[in-house]
Amino acid sequence: MRRELLLALRRPSDVATALLFFVIVASLFPLGIGAEPERLRSIAPGVIWVAALLSAMLSLGRLFAADHADGTLEQMLLGAAPLGLIVAAKTAAHWLVSGLPLVLIAPLIAVQYDVAARLYGVLAVSLLLGTPVLSFIGAIGAALTLGLRGGGVLLSLLVLPLYVPVLILGAGAVAMADAGLAAGGQLELLGALLIMAAAFTPWATAAALRISSE
Amino acid sequence: MTTHGIKWFWYASPQTFFPLAGTIARLCGSLSLVFLLAGLYVAFFVAPTDATQGEAYRIIFIHVPAAWMSMFLYVVMAFWAALGLAMNTRLSAMMARALAPTGALFTFIALWTGSLWGKPTWGTWWVWDARLTSELILLFLYFGFMALQASIDDRRRSDRAGALLALVGVVNVPIIYYSVQWWNTLHQGASVSFTRAPSMAATMFLGMILMALAFWMYSIAVALTRVRRLIVEDER
Repeated sequence: MRRELLLALRRPSDVATALLFFVIVASLFPLGIGAEPERLRSIAPGVIWVAALLSAMLSLGRLFAADHADGTLEQMLLGAAPLGLIVAAKTAAHWLVSGLPLVLIAPLIAVQYDVAARLYGVLAVSLLLGTPVLSFIGAIGAALTLGLRGGGVLLSLLVLPLYVPVLILGAGAVAMADAGLAAGGQLELLGALLIMAAAFTPWATAAALRISSE
Repeated sequence: MTTHGIKWFWYASPQTFFPLAGTIARLCGSLSLVFLLAGLYVAFFVAPTDATQGEAYRIIFIHVPAAWMSMFLYVVMAFWAALGLAMNTRLSAMMARALAPTGALFTFIALWTGSLWGKPTWGTWWVWDARLTSELILLFLYFGFMALQASIDDRRRSDRAGALLALVGVVNVPIIYYSVQWWNTLHQGASVSFTRAPSMAATMFLGMILMALAFWMYSIAVALTRVRRLIVEDER
């Protein structure tokens, strides 16, 4: 995992691109829809979450591509360390460089959308719980589409339907809090999704990697 | 394996399955036609006119069986996919591959007829109702499965990758369904309710069952025909 982080940090532009993408997508909505604060406030959770989804997906392609290209992946497949664990570490590193920055920058977007300050906490927690799920689920898709032509578009087709529950729960939590209700239920479900994803998807991803590199 | 009884794996070989599939496909194809004609007859001439929805409700005879099939076929597809992964049988993977387009077709029919039905009864083509949304996502899942298999040239890899995706999808279907349902109840009130009058005329039910049987038979016939084509393609 340290190796992954080091590799990612050596190429800061990749991290910055995904982050910039997130900010730009979120900034496009007011231009398209209109800048009335009332309306912006009501769409803010959804927009932030959809932008996070797209941004997470965008960076998925790089998850295994470099290792696949230079043969490191085959060494990992052959090596003694359990592949599931390696995958989990790689996914965690992916989240640290793609998901965590989103969580940190989301309040800035929220300011742009005139979201009430009391919602920042819920928004941050929902993103904190939700974006790792995106990385974990997305890793399966990234492994399946490894080395395919048109892999990027295909990846989105495979992964985005599976992201729906996370989107609903994440945006729902913020909307609930906005309506003055307790958002705990949604956040707990998001946490449950995270635990399930962390427990099961690395093995599915490992299986997918084996299939892809046969 | 020297156990008595049925030779489970006898028909797992494409060579032995090929003629059997042809027979079953022809049989199911004709049965499908019979059920379809009977079902349509009941639907149009026997079933009474609905008290509140008038004649427009008759699309239910296509809509509901198609929706049943769309969900059921995904599970069947995942079953064959799992079998293919576990047993490494070529035929199972072929079955999964053959079922996907039919499932997508029924999902599309269910959405299409649903919107045709929605226009006269709710006054709109589309609402973001829980069931409609999850059906739409199901359609995306089918498309993803087919797109993944189509983009991998190596047959073996494409079968196995598709199988894994189908399994991941089938685990996710209930999660998606419940989350969508919850989302719907959160955001919009019960402006549109799918629950029909509980007392459904017996003839209506009969028509629906007949149509469902027709769709079943159609699915089996088409899937098996497609499997036969895949076998021939493999042999070339």
